[in-house]
Amino acid sequence: MAKMNMLQAINNALDLAMAKDDGVVCFGEDVGHFGGVFRATSKLQEKYGKARCFNTPLTEQGIAGFANGMAAQGMKPVAEIQFADYIFPAFDQIVNETAKFRYRSGNEFNVGGLVFRTPYGGGIAGGHYHSQSPEAYFAHTPGLKIVVPRNPHQAKGLLLASINCPDPVIFFEPKKLYRASVGEVPEEYYELPIGQAEVMKTGTQVTVLAWGAQMEIVEKAVEMAEAIGISCELIDLRSILPWDVDTVAESVKKTGRLVINHEAPLTGGFAGEIAATIQQRCFLHLESPILRVCGLDTPYPLALEKEYVADHLKTFEAIKASVNF
Amino acid sequence: MTNPNNATISTVHQAEFTSGHALQIPTLRILQDDGTLYEGATAPELDKATALKMYQTMTFIRVLDERMLGAQRQGRISFYMQCLGEEAATVGSAAALDDADMIMAQYREQGALRYRGFTLEQFMNQLFSNEKDLGKGRQMPVHYGSNAIHYMTISSPLGTQIPQAAGYAYAQKLRGLSNVTICYFGEGAASEGDFHAGLNMAAVHKAPVLFFCRNNGYAISTPANEQFKGDGIACRGVGYGMKTIRVDGADILAVYQATKMAREYALAHNEPVLLESIAYRLGAHSSSDDPSGYRSKEEEELWRKNDPVSRFRLFLLQKGWLDDEADKAATEQLRQDILEALKVAEKVAKPGIEHLISDVYSEPIPELERQLADLKEHIRKYPDAYPITSGRL
Repeated sequence: MAKMNMLQAINNALDLAMAKDDGVVCFGEDVGHFGGVFRATSKLQEKYGKARCFNTPLTEQGIAGFANGMAAQGMKPVAEIQFADYIFPAFDQIVNETAKFRYRSGNEFNVGGLVFRTPYGGGIAGGHYHSQSPEAYFAHTPGLKIVVPRNPHQAKGLLLASINCPDPVIFFEPKKLYRASVGEVPEEYYELPIGQAEVMKTGTQVTVLAWGAQMEIVEKAVEMAEAIGISCELIDLRSILPWDVDTVAESVKKTGRLVINHEAPLTGGFAGEIAATIQQRCFLHLESPILRVCGLDTPYPLALEKEYVADHLKTFEAIKASVNF
Repeated sequence: MTNPNNATISTVHQAEFTSGHALQIPTLRILQDDGTLYEGATAPELDKATALKMYQTMTFIRVLDERMLGAQRQGRISFYMQCLGEEAATVGSAAALDDADMIMAQYREQGALRYRGFTLEQFMNQLFSNEKDLGKGRQMPVHYGSNAIHYMTISSPLGTQIPQAAGYAYAQKLRGLSNVTICYFGEGAASEGDFHAGLNMAAVHKAPVLFFCRNNGYAISTPANEQFKGDGIACRGVGYGMKTIRVDGADILAVYQATKMAREYALAHNEPVLLESIAYRLGAHSSSDDPSGYRSKEEEELWRKNDPVSRFRLFLLQKGWLDDEADKAATEQLRQDILEALKVAEKVAKPGIEHLISDVYSEPIPELERQLADLKEHIRKYPDAYPITSGRL
């Protein structure tokens, strides 16, 4: 075990993956000698050479297309999109190409070795284009897997699993936690399962569900709720696609209540998908309406960021409202 | 003085524009319409067997296109796209490649596919989207692909294969393979952002990829003069710092020669090459298009004289490599064979219902298993509404 922040854990995962498999190649804007604008790829070029860790021209659709081609050849490209806000130029390559590669070819070809890493989320005064959480856009796309870690230990294990996964993965990294989140991380290679939620704390009265950087926010809300005697079950979804319906449904059947929190705007956000599915699966067990605590349906603002975000107080109020319904 | 890329640049001291047409790239032509060589031209080294394979591939595609467009008109297949007028561009370039070079095509490159060895049965199975189709009947007709012969499965979104080809070729280089990737696209697709992304990525990262642009004058109804203002597509290659050549796409000897040289250069220097082939899309864009709405019969007739198949045929006859009578008989036999294969393929069953959810992921995820189970239950309830699958659940 070693103390690492999330960036160090990600860097360590990339290092291990590149050492383990020659096919793993890291690239993107400023990823090379500079080591990335957040330093996630620090020292990888020095260690593995310019051919395996390099800067690309400034073109997200080019990065994604190049990654698709490399993966189709059988390599394991780990492509970085500098901010998730800038993934949209690559949307066509990811949605029409990456996601459909295996299906459309009848498994003649696939891009299973591919991972897109991208920093997402707000809380850093990033305004419109350094704060977005675009996971729901991709959750509507069969063929992709979507993973969001909450701390350094999760980041390393889930990233290694993503690189080793036979399907293409978008790996959203909560940039707010890059340096803020520090924890014990095994130094050796390990994987955490994709598609499995984690029950972080068991409880009886209400299930509280979130992912990524929101986990520390909902943890705070759960602490407040527990302090006034509300027993909460806390779940980190970890994978958006495929998502772990069984674990969430089992929890809600027990507690009878569900509060979902995410950073992205409410309308069309992934909480809607979860709420609809759980309502169908757990109808006879629900004792109050499923509540969603999300960003407003506005672009991500700068000056009023604190008011905009789905913070612990809004979550605390939702937990109380759910239980007192 | 140097620019930020450390290239030496010259300086002037009076303001002067460089013309947008300062760079005029010539077109390589070797074979004349009457089957003789241009004065001063040299035919590429080509043995009889290869030359005949090239010719037979061209005639195969021409007859297949004619038959299958007819089959679409009869409602037997849902869609078709011809290659008429561009057979030399795709066959000539494919013939200059190694069998293990990757081909990434747009959709009008049946010639390259056939040259690689895609069988008549495989064409038919894809066109009829039956259970023997390598693509499991999921994509529209003409979206061919085969891993065994290194022909990447075609997709409809235009230009997406261009940066992919750069990445594929870069991976070939990293693996130490002595192979290139060829990437075909039309002049319309070259207006997509992926064209810019792919060529620039390939040039900067030194990927051994041959970008082969089929400039056939039209993107559906849009003529080339509404597609770009510069000197075609070729001049752009120079802008990306890339070796570039333009060829007459109806001249199979020119296409073959240029592609062979481009392949050698790409492998020797680990660099991309841009080839622009100038031909004419003699047929409609697709079975869903009628060109009489946007171009004149006179224009078409002018280009019809520039027929790549007859030009090469005359060359082979003059060389004594082709027997006129035997060739006509072979073409007639081909018509029969295609008709037979068509009748067989249209009777083959459609893929089983399990292929609705297979290959979305390497293994079906639980939600997909649930959805398939629900669907099967539904079909059992209304078997008459789903005749393709209800009898086989």
